[in-house]
Amino acid sequence: MSKIWVFIDQFKGTALPASWEAVGVGKTLGDVTCLVFGESVENIANEAFHYGADQVLLADNEILADFRTEPFASLLSGLAEQGQPDVILFPTTTRGRDLAAMTAIDMNTGVLVDVTAIENVDGDILATRPIYGGKLFSKVKCNARPQLLTLRSRAFPKPKPNTSLSGTPTKVDINITEDQIGTKVTGYAESEGGVSLMDAAVIISGGRGVSNNPKLTPPADLDAADQEKWRAQEGFKLVGELASVVGGAVGASRAAVDAGYIPYAHQVGQTGKVVSPDLYIACGISGAIQHLAGMRSSKVIIAINKDPDAPIFKLARFGAVGDLFDILPPLTEALRSRLGK
Amino acid sequence: MKIVVCVKQVPDSAARVVVEDGQVTWGDAPLVINPWDEYAVEAAINTAEATGGSVTVLSMGKENEKEAIKHALAMGCSEAILVSDPALAGCDGAAGARVLAAAVEKIGDVDLIILGKQAIDTDTGTAPAMIARILGWPALTLVSAIDAVGDVIKVQRATEEGRQMVESKLPAVLSIIKDYGEPRYPSFMGIRKASRAQVPVWGLGDLGIEAPTAVVSWPEVMNPPHKEISNEMVEGDTPHEIAEKLAEKIMAEKVL
Repeated sequence: MSKIWVFIDQFKGTALPASWEAVGVGKTLGDVTCLVFGESVENIANEAFHYGADQVLLADNEILADFRTEPFASLLSGLAEQGQPDVILFPTTTRGRDLAAMTAIDMNTGVLVDVTAIENVDGDILATRPIYGGKLFSKVKCNARPQLLTLRSRAFPKPKPNTSLSGTPTKVDINITEDQIGTKVTGYAESEGGVSLMDAAVIISGGRGVSNNPKLTPPADLDAADQEKWRAQEGFKLVGELASVVGGAVGASRAAVDAGYIPYAHQVGQTGKVVSPDLYIACGISGAIQHLAGMRSSKVIIAINKDPDAPIFKLARFGAVGDLFDILPPLTEALRSRLGK
Repeated sequence: MKIVVCVKQVPDSAARVVVEDGQVTWGDAPLVINPWDEYAVEAAINTAEATGGSVTVLSMGKENEKEAIKHALAMGCSEAILVSDPALAGCDGAAGARVLAAAVEKIGDVDLIILGKQAIDTDTGTAPAMIARILGWPALTLVSAIDAVGDVIKVQRATEEGRQMVESKLPAVLSIIKDYGEPRYPSFMGIRKASRAQVPVWGLGDLGIEAPTAVVSWPEVMNPPHKEISNEMVEGDTPHEIAEKLAEKIMAEKVL
């Protein structure tokens, strides 16, 4: 039976959902050992058993309180030299990607990044991953061992946790000291606006069109550029209200980000985030090729745009030609009442 | 402070990239500097100016692939090096990182390597952490702001949860994201200087290394699976009516 290791990415004691998706993939490949590294993270080790881990390696130490790639990679590659896994899976998160990259160097192997599908060919993993921002796909394989893969969020189903499953984590020692580590985390600032685009089941995105509401009169003391931004922010409020009613995240086109309407963290597309939610509602987005590449794999796409010839409509299951300022408020209310909120 | 900025040449993000007869093609779309790398060049030049240092632009590619380098020179980098060798055909991410790390060692006394977040063609985003690990330096990826550079470097990084403030010893490797700020346009003088620049080309022999073994192979590239989408336009006499119909349709898809 293949030995599959899964790195559980967590932040301040909460595992990211993509970690459990990786456990689900691991279960289809062999015997799963979850790696839980951090400080005061025994609860995550227990949770890993609920999600189906056969074993858990738990490194619980104050030196691991903040994720830092260098000590995490040293710990992981040291354990893997001893344990000889066939495969190590990571969620494609900011931490997972860096950790997989450093571990691949330590272990003289390769990493298949941001994988969206896998085939198991007698223990050799043939993975599929998007390239060119989702414009193409590539099949890739790693001809050294262990095979390292990072799995894209939401590309694989999350297993249902079963609280009757339990086990005893194997505690592992850390022989890394603070003076061996070159970096220090000095603080955090939380992002405004909640839901992360990568984990979101629903994304409501706004484009350049959000600043075009003819019915608004911006404050007269603003100059033209600030008036445009003020209009855009009013437009994004409508996008945000719909997002909050459906529990979704707010996305944006590159045009909207470049115009300074909304921070870059919201950008969807080839030079932003590549997403695949269950529902994607594009508001005032015409559909530049680099935007379409970043959201085309969404399950259901809805487009609202004034221009009936906008390319976004070609990808849309449902389209509505009209002014987003007229359609979004009643759509928000209609969904609010249907969802009983 | 001696800074190296790594750049790559890629098809323009507006290009229609498709697979024809098993080969990736982008028609006559131009090859440009990887868009992420422009932010890296901007950060490198600003940091060099703030510390009285220099910026060397480093790229790996075919001998005629100098667009990205020329763009970085035109933005204001002072030196350029292209690593090119026929033996590098088919090299994977880790192998490429080993070659770039060897080039940085040959350049010598480098304090900071700066890269873009990822290349928009291969989309792996692993080069910064890999290069750092090969050199034994820390990697600070997804940097949105450089707050201070002296004996240590203080940066802000973007993570899933928001921003993280980190300080690190030097030398170190940074990757830069768009939040850093708009890259400058090349000046007229810069473009003239770049067009005249002789870019030294280093082969593997110059670096004193063999071609690193590639362990990742890509047996197949494919166009995205064709998705049958039945487009349906929702119409109505009033926006309110359209909204009601849309809400019905969305609920019927059972995605909420």
